[in-house]
Amino acid sequence: MSADHHHGPASGITRWLFTTNHKDIGTLYLFFAMMMAFLGGAMAMLIRAELFEPGLQLVEPNFFNQMTTMHGLIMVFGFVMPAFVGFANWQLPMMIGAPDMALPRLNNWSFWILPFAFSILVSTLFMEGGGPNFGWTFYAPLSTTYAPPSVTYFIFAVHLLGMSSILGAINIIATIMNLRAPGMDYMKMPMFVWTWFITAFLLLLVMPVLAGAVTMMLMDIHFGTSFFQAAGGGDPVLFQHVFWFFGHPEVYIIILPAFGIVSQIIPTFSRKPLFGYTSMVYATAAIAIMSTLVWAHHMFTVGMPLVGELFFMYTTMLIAVPTGVKIFNWISTMWRGSMTFEAPMLFSIAFVVLFSIGGFSGLMMAIAPADFQYHDTYFIVAHFHYVLVPGAVFGVFAGVYYWLPKWTGRMYDERLGQLHFWLTFIGANLTFFPQHFVGLAGMPRRIPDYALQFADFNAISSVGAFLFGTSQLVFVVILVRVLKDKASGRLEGAVGERAWEGVEGLEWTLPSPPPYHSFTTPPSIR
Amino acid sequence: MTDKTEGGVRRTAWRLAAGTVLMFGFGFALVPLYEVFCELTGLNGKTNNDPAAYSAPASTRAPTVREHETVRVQFLAINSTEMPWQFQAPETSELHIAPGAAPIDLTYYAHNMSDRDMVAQAVPSVSPGRAAQYLRKIECFCFQRQALAAGASTQLPLRFYISPELPDDIGTITLSYTLFDVSELAASDATASAEPPSAQGS
Amino acid sequence: MTKIGMRTIVAALSALSIPLLPTATLAADGLEHAQRWQLNMPYGVTPTSHVVYDLHMLIFWICVVVAVLVYGVMFYSMAVHRKSRGAKPAQFSHNTRLEVLWTALASLVLVAMAWPATAVMINMYDASDSQIDILVTGYQWKWKYEYLGEDVSFFSNIATPDDEIYGDAPKGEHYLLNVDKPLVIPVGTKVRFLITAADVLHSWWVPDFAVKMDAIPGFVNEAWTWVEREGVYRGQCTELCGRLHGFMPIVVNATSQNAYRRWLGERHAEAAAERALLNQRMDLSQLMERGKQVYQTNCASCHLATGAGLPGAFPALHKDSAATGALAEHLGIVINGTPGTAMAAFGAQLGAADLAAVITYERNAWGNDTGDLVQPIDVERYRRGDGVQ
Repeated sequence: MSADHHHGPASGITRWLFTTNHKDIGTLYLFFAMMMAFLGGAMAMLIRAELFEPGLQLVEPNFFNQMTTMHGLIMVFGFVMPAFVGFANWQLPMMIGAPDMALPRLNNWSFWILPFAFSILVSTLFMEGGGPNFGWTFYAPLSTTYAPPSVTYFIFAVHLLGMSSILGAINIIATIMNLRAPGMDYMKMPMFVWTWFITAFLLLLVMPVLAGAVTMMLMDIHFGTSFFQAAGGGDPVLFQHVFWFFGHPEVYIIILPAFGIVSQIIPTFSRKPLFGYTSMVYATAAIAIMSTLVWAHHMFTVGMPLVGELFFMYTTMLIAVPTGVKIFNWISTMWRGSMTFEAPMLFSIAFVVLFSIGGFSGLMMAIAPADFQYHDTYFIVAHFHYVLVPGAVFGVFAGVYYWLPKWTGRMYDERLGQLHFWLTFIGANLTFFPQHFVGLAGMPRRIPDYALQFADFNAISSVGAFLFGTSQLVFVVILVRVLKDKASGRLEGAVGERAWEGVEGLEWTLPSPPPYHSFTTPPSIR
Repeated sequence: MTDKTEGGVRRTAWRLAAGTVLMFGFGFALVPLYEVFCELTGLNGKTNNDPAAYSAPASTRAPTVREHETVRVQFLAINSTEMPWQFQAPETSELHIAPGAAPIDLTYYAHNMSDRDMVAQAVPSVSPGRAAQYLRKIECFCFQRQALAAGASTQLPLRFYISPELPDDIGTITLSYTLFDVSELAASDATASAEPPSAQGS
Repeated sequence: MTKIGMRTIVAALSALSIPLLPTATLAADGLEHAQRWQLNMPYGVTPTSHVVYDLHMLIFWICVVVAVLVYGVMFYSMAVHRKSRGAKPAQFSHNTRLEVLWTALASLVLVAMAWPATAVMINMYDASDSQIDILVTGYQWKWKYEYLGEDVSFFSNIATPDDEIYGDAPKGEHYLLNVDKPLVIPVGTKVRFLITAADVLHSWWVPDFAVKMDAIPGFVNEAWTWVEREGVYRGQCTELCGRLHGFMPIVVNATSQNAYRRWLGERHAEAAAERALLNQRMDLSQLMERGKQVYQTNCASCHLATGAGLPGAFPALHKDSAATGALAEHLGIVINGTPGTAMAAFGAQLGAADLAAVITYERNAWGNDTGDLVQPIDVERYRRGDGVQ
């Protein structure tokens, strides 16, 4: 390796364009994720504004469909996934005692593909016929024969996103398998490393299948094949099988890194080791493996044969066991600890409680006959927002508050952090809890207008969404203040190596902020 | 990074890349796998598109005709939204058939009411799905595309029997055909392979 | 596994649960329509909807019990094991016996849920021995109902006017849940639905029946129901099917057996009258009046009530358009559709009189004033390939 790598960062824009440093790339990922969160969030605000009362007030139905589609795509592929890759970049080398990621140049590409992909995706909104309006699940034939012309750009964007994720996953696996410090055995790795290790394998397993699915779409649209067209001997239901073979593991790709973050935070603020580390690792692996065997529970109403319904019902119920084990382990970690409740801990506890509410509604949906009533209603919308918002998104917040002092060397304003937590907690619950009720009462999802009896809960949900959305500005203020403190070199709020009292792990043996290249000489592991 | 780890990284990366390519292939392999799965389980009421043969029960050791337990068989004709054809099920839209009995001949009727020559494909579907594998088609207009000139009409033949292995609890079988416009597909296939438009597609 | 046995178990288990949610009891009291502030799934009016409801409540209460136990432990710990109260951290990090115990317990609870669920599932899939078969076809954005063996078939369109949707008129009682022609079925009868689609995916859902089945082009799915009580039951399409996905409601009128037979008789008479129209000449005002109605239900969602269309997507019909061009071409577009566009072939969807009326309407409304009169027999001749007179 060339000598200049051991100096500090280059200056100016080129530092970010050509950087191969894991911390710089991690920062890029995190900022990109934040921008996408605000873009996707703005779309959600528009959706909730239209749904504030019955009738069509703000947008046309077709544009509404574009908003729901884009909101989903941006939040999943633009916000949550890149945010967790950002965490992986920052943390993995520090947590396993490595100087950097294993494939630094690949790392640069896998990030810079993202802005291109999302520029293409978002630009479809301005094309003739509008952007993708067929839902983030893009079921054929609505997304093929009946799609707007911009669908080709959508497919290209999905290909790029997939490529970025695959390159990222290869890098993460190569790093964990090859760059662990001497003595850092697999069963000594922190939980966050383990969850990402498993997530990366899941990504490699299913992202290529998604790429295959959109390639088949492309061929159906432009090259006269009939993968998903009944007329030519294809089958629209096949699309759903292929999509959900990707789509269900994708849900776990989104949530497993959050499991990892929470598994770091709860022991720290309980001042007590993680309970059941071994069972935690096995439960994570079990969840990942089982997630590839449950996909058709998204399709209970397509008219599968009875045996199919029963098979997917049982496997889906079974996945509740390892998930339950994780919840029990977190609570046992807290049991007889010595807890304090700083922002990372608050977000983690809210994660445990609210994620399991999503887990419970998930268990209800696993019951196939009952799912005939739940399917494609707002009950589903409530369910997956409970696992994704207080799940994945709270995981992101918890992680940022937890590691921000390490990354910047400055402690954030705890009072603002607490304010951010409570506003977010109230806002998210106000938004998503009433959606359970309207769903059960019969409101289908993805509709721009609804019958009068759903009006009250929808109004509450919209108010909650505005609270939830605007309170994220508090987070921006916190972040700006920390970065300003760091830039001005102010010493007030500066933290030492161990920013938190009960904290354990290799990253906390480095100075805060850590040097540009994390461990130039491998640390010794106890 | 030492040379040893660098070699390790490279090896890992290439192996994972190969795995990725493999999984991309698996995505496409799902298509034929799904076909097989459908035929085995009757998923979506998909029927076999290869002609079946009927052998008289007496000549084999197969179960005999279950003359006293007839099954109700309904015939439906459905037009997809872009089809301007008149598409009619047989006059007798419902029959009671003994599983294993000799094959039955029926005709559907199609009339191209539009002012252009068209090619259509009929897609069969059986409800309940698990009955699909017991409804054996010896001859069916759905095996080929059907070309009809503007204003022309035709009889569409169907010859089938119900397998004697039909489970007892199936009392009604509905055989539906949905007609799709494949004129464009047929035209592009014809230019690609210079075959007549009535040739069967992929 | 018998139906009865499983139902008793579910009933017994859910009887243990005291309904906390006020509307759970409301729904059970037999209010068919969703109510304001309704919190729960309807109890419904079919045996299937009852067992599904019971199953739903059973699992709900199991989840509540588990949640109370788990969160109880957690909140107790949060209250007691805190540093500010001087708690000293223990250092244990595993307890194999405990871990095996809760894994086994969780699995047991799941088996307890899976057993009744399987029985309900088997029952839901048994559509045999139906007395009435109805083919339900989803279109963008309406439903078609065809009574097999009865020669009765019609489209069911949303009946909520645009004025209500866009806030120019007060919203009616069944806003967005009203149709021009509801599906009519008799109570106390096993009705089988054969569900399919003519374009994209749709899904046919009536919550009070607990029937939801995807409509897939090229494939015919099955579902069945047996309605206990007369009434009007409302549902919606639940699979995203394009622009007006939120505007294709389902209304089912469950009547007595006698009323159902009477209704069928009326439909037969109506069909006969429609056939008789072929031999009659209608005057301009008759055609315009009927044409306007047909246009509103079938054409206005794309071409708009003003005929202005949507530039770039749906062509305008007023001034210098297909509607003022050659009559034969106009007939061709309406009857045969335009391949590769959203324009469907209405020849297969509407009767001759409706087609004649709507084409006349388009040629004379919005200042088009071509003065052309199209008679049902003209449409019939065109369809037979005899060309325009």
